[in-house]
Amino acid sequence: MLISTFISKPDTVSAIMLRVLLALLPGIALYVWYYGPAILVSITLASITALATEAAMLRLRNRPLKPFLGDNSALVTAWLLALSIPPLAPWWLVVVGTAFAISVAKHLYGGLGNNPFNPSMIGYAVLIISFPSHMTHWLSPHGLGQTELGFADQLAFIFGGHLPSGIKLDAVTLATPLDTLKTQLQLDRPLKEILGMPIYGALAGKGSEVVALGYILGGVYLLFKRIITWHVPAAFLGTLFVTAGIFHLVDQAHYVAPLFHLTAGAAMLGAFFILTDPISGPTTPMGKLIFAAGAGFLTYVIRVFGGFPDGVAFATLLMNICVPLIDAHTQPPVFGKKDRGAK
Amino acid sequence: MATQYKTIVRDGLWDNNGVLSMLLGMCPTMAMTTSATNGLGMGLATAVVMAASGLLVSMFRSRITQEVRIPVYILIVAAMVTLVDLSMNAWMHELYKVLGLFIPLIVSNCLPLARLEAFAAKEPVLPSLMDGIFMGMGFTLALTAIGAVREIAGAGTLFADASLLLGPAFKFMEMKLMSPDKGVLMMILPPGGFLVAGLLVVVKRILDVRAGKAIQMGGAHSAA
Repeated sequence: MLISTFISKPDTVSAIMLRVLLALLPGIALYVWYYGPAILVSITLASITALATEAAMLRLRNRPLKPFLGDNSALVTAWLLALSIPPLAPWWLVVVGTAFAISVAKHLYGGLGNNPFNPSMIGYAVLIISFPSHMTHWLSPHGLGQTELGFADQLAFIFGGHLPSGIKLDAVTLATPLDTLKTQLQLDRPLKEILGMPIYGALAGKGSEVVALGYILGGVYLLFKRIITWHVPAAFLGTLFVTAGIFHLVDQAHYVAPLFHLTAGAAMLGAFFILTDPISGPTTPMGKLIFAAGAGFLTYVIRVFGGFPDGVAFATLLMNICVPLIDAHTQPPVFGKKDRGAK
Repeated sequence: MATQYKTIVRDGLWDNNGVLSMLLGMCPTMAMTTSATNGLGMGLATAVVMAASGLLVSMFRSRITQEVRIPVYILIVAAMVTLVDLSMNAWMHELYKVLGLFIPLIVSNCLPLARLEAFAAKEPVLPSLMDGIFMGMGFTLALTAIGAVREIAGAGTLFADASLLLGPAFKFMEMKLMSPDKGVLMMILPPGGFLVAGLLVVVKRILDVRAGKAIQMGGAHSAA
């Protein structure tokens, strides 16, 4: 039998999603290194909730369980959501967010392949709008907090809501680098002085900047495996960089350097893992460029002028709404025709 | 005759419910259902307007010509809304401060207009009055239900400030079900309105299917 060595089987959804999960591992490993193992608890909780909700919704919709439960897409949603919310969040926060993401944002719209919005970002948006106070329990990175919680203490807080006696929540949590920047600038402190605060590292937040590098590593792996194309990360990060750069050049005293924005918050996670979602994103290369550039610009605007700590989630959702329009206007001409009007 | 009224009542309250079946008047539905009391107040105001304008349009139905009927309907509805608006300002001032902004919007609510065009313009006076009352009551029912769900989930109360609407004797209706900081803030905000309204439409359809009724799919004509 003659088989060409160049013919390969097309990747299944399950294999693609598994690689996305694999690509998240370096980021997660660095996360654990800097912030302790609490994030693993929320990832586990989110995964279990996602699979249970997925199974329940499939049953309600009379769909076969096996092919859909095994496609790992629910796990990707769960992991991305868990990585977007504070690791010390109470257990029910993770459960509510994931259940909402899978049931409403995914299955009510028709399940995998039909959801117009990124489910994990819907989950995040619901949580930050509904429970803003619980969404601030960000752990301080290793070596920064006055006290550090052991794994048992972290578990006790996540499930029971109480800390060891003598320790206050403020002692183990910190506002995120983006949040601190915004509030301190509002207090009219000079930018140089703010960036000298111990929570800031070489580029952005101490710890979180390294985690961002871990996400880049995973992103490069996905690019190499051709699961994502360069368009979305390049256009998103490029626009974010250029927008931040223009503001920085005009007013260096009030607008932080563009590299800060690239490595702070969820920018890298968004560029390689969230905006690259093939379902809620556009289909054509040109469309991807427009989509990601819009998201980059909106992220900057929401971060700097908006009321929320980070802008990636809302920028993603806003651009998700534009996808049908973008897709309709970026269809390439049909082969053999000169103009685009191939209707 | 009796069966005709029975149909009007059942259509208005359930089978052809303005919000849950026809999906009409979505703007006040979304805006005024942040609490059960707001929904109830808005619903009752709309019901009064619908009953009065149904009565008037039906009385003048032979005089109103085909060409100018829509402006005439709008004028009649607007006059009724102004009456309700002024009376509420005079006699229920506290509630007016909450609902006031939205009362003039009843004019642009397409549920009264739809009923005038579809019913009062063709039917005798008494059935038209009945249709206005019961369509309005159905609207009230839906708004109160949506408001109740949003209020319980979002603020942990039920019928808060009901005494403003119905008088101090109704103080007993005001319930506190859980501490307000446990509420899901989103339910009070606009997304909660769409979610709860959508889910209640689903609940109604499930009940209808259980009862063996044929449900109309895609029955929504317009939304305002």
